[in-house]
Amino acid sequence: MTAANITVSETPLVLYTLRRADDALILGHRLSEWCGHAPMLEEDMALANMGLDLLGQARELYSYAARVEGRGNDEDKFAYLRDVRQYRNLLLLEQPNGDFARTMVRQFFYATFADLFWRAMMHSSDPTLAAIAAKSEKESAYHVRHSSEWIVRLGDGTEESHRRAQEAIDELWAFTGEMFETCDSERGLIDAGIAIDPATLRAPWLKTVSDVVREATLALPSNDWMQQGGRSGRHSEHLGHLLSELQSMPRTFPGATW
Amino acid sequence: MVAAALDDADLRRRAWDAAAQVVDPEIPVLTIADLGVLRDVRIHDGHVEVAITPTYSGCPAMNMIALEIELALERAGIARPTIRTVLSPAWTTDWMSEEGRNKLREYGIAPPQAASSRRALFGEQQVTCPQCGSQNTELLSEFGSTSCKALWRCRCCREPFDYFKCH
Repeated sequence: MTAANITVSETPLVLYTLRRADDALILGHRLSEWCGHAPMLEEDMALANMGLDLLGQARELYSYAARVEGRGNDEDKFAYLRDVRQYRNLLLLEQPNGDFARTMVRQFFYATFADLFWRAMMHSSDPTLAAIAAKSEKESAYHVRHSSEWIVRLGDGTEESHRRAQEAIDELWAFTGEMFETCDSERGLIDAGIAIDPATLRAPWLKTVSDVVREATLALPSNDWMQQGGRSGRHSEHLGHLLSELQSMPRTFPGATW
Repeated sequence: MVAAALDDADLRRRAWDAAAQVVDPEIPVLTIADLGVLRDVRIHDGHVEVAITPTYSGCPAMNMIALEIELALERAGIARPTIRTVLSPAWTTDWMSEEGRNKLREYGIAPPQAASSRRALFGEQQVTCPQCGSQNTELLSEFGSTSCKALWRCRCCREPFDYFKCH
């Protein structure tokens, strides 16, 4: 690893945008890991397609963060030259793919949130974030539908698919609380109408999730202890491994071009 | 002044006509004008600026399209343009021209159908088979060979086909 980390001036708007960009990049990367490995060709294409949507969203968000920051950083530097502690994505999204059920549960929990989030952000007073939201909500609508159908298919499928889907829900549940948390730096943005308060999305999220899980003959855990840390750069051990793969080329050959 | 304005209008028309000929690298029967990807051509001090919008955020064809526009304008004898990507208003299949829809159908891709079911969970859609015209079709996968397409199959003629998703 020869390329040094960049420094980021984390003003509230830069930080807010980077958090959403990191969410999209990390989940997009996780989905790309399925390429060539999914249980069937259609799913291979679906997962790669959704990963591509997320990568596109990440690029727009990183580019906007770079413009707001105005310090010469760009989308590539944000993606390739920040270390684990500088990443601000949700812990849920860096969790390993596991089996197909686990990937689908992670996708379902996040897509349901992202769909509500982007729909609300279409009314942001920041025109660039509103434009990115208008693009992203169309894509997230497909992601919700795709993963919801799989939750039902897996939960209401065979004994084994039911067991695996339920295990995935039980294991990932504690990472869902972080989606609705707000930190102090976001308060001003929320008051200015630039950002939205994610706590307001919790009830509609829970309703959709509960409805689908019920139809899938699965159950949500009753424990409400929630893990946090991703938004402030405290990550699980999995993110470092993901980044080492994601960043190995630009770290080894700084400035290399095709 | 008047001459300059006329020159600008002429340059804009020539630049638009050249850019409008560029085809989508994934669906070569459609031009970017048919698709609604070509949004605007402006002239600033004799310099051409072309605005395009992506169909999907991660559409990998955008770089290719930008390059093709530069080449098309060069062939038309127009100096290197600036290509600007605009996100707002977000692209929608409503912008696809009627001619574009017909070309798609003839090419074997079902054109997007106005539907309100995008948001409906487990929603039912009805898509007409581009080969035989039957409405007895079924969805195989929401995600097809490119971001903008889904994979369907006709129960009548048994042929699988791409459906350009309503977006």
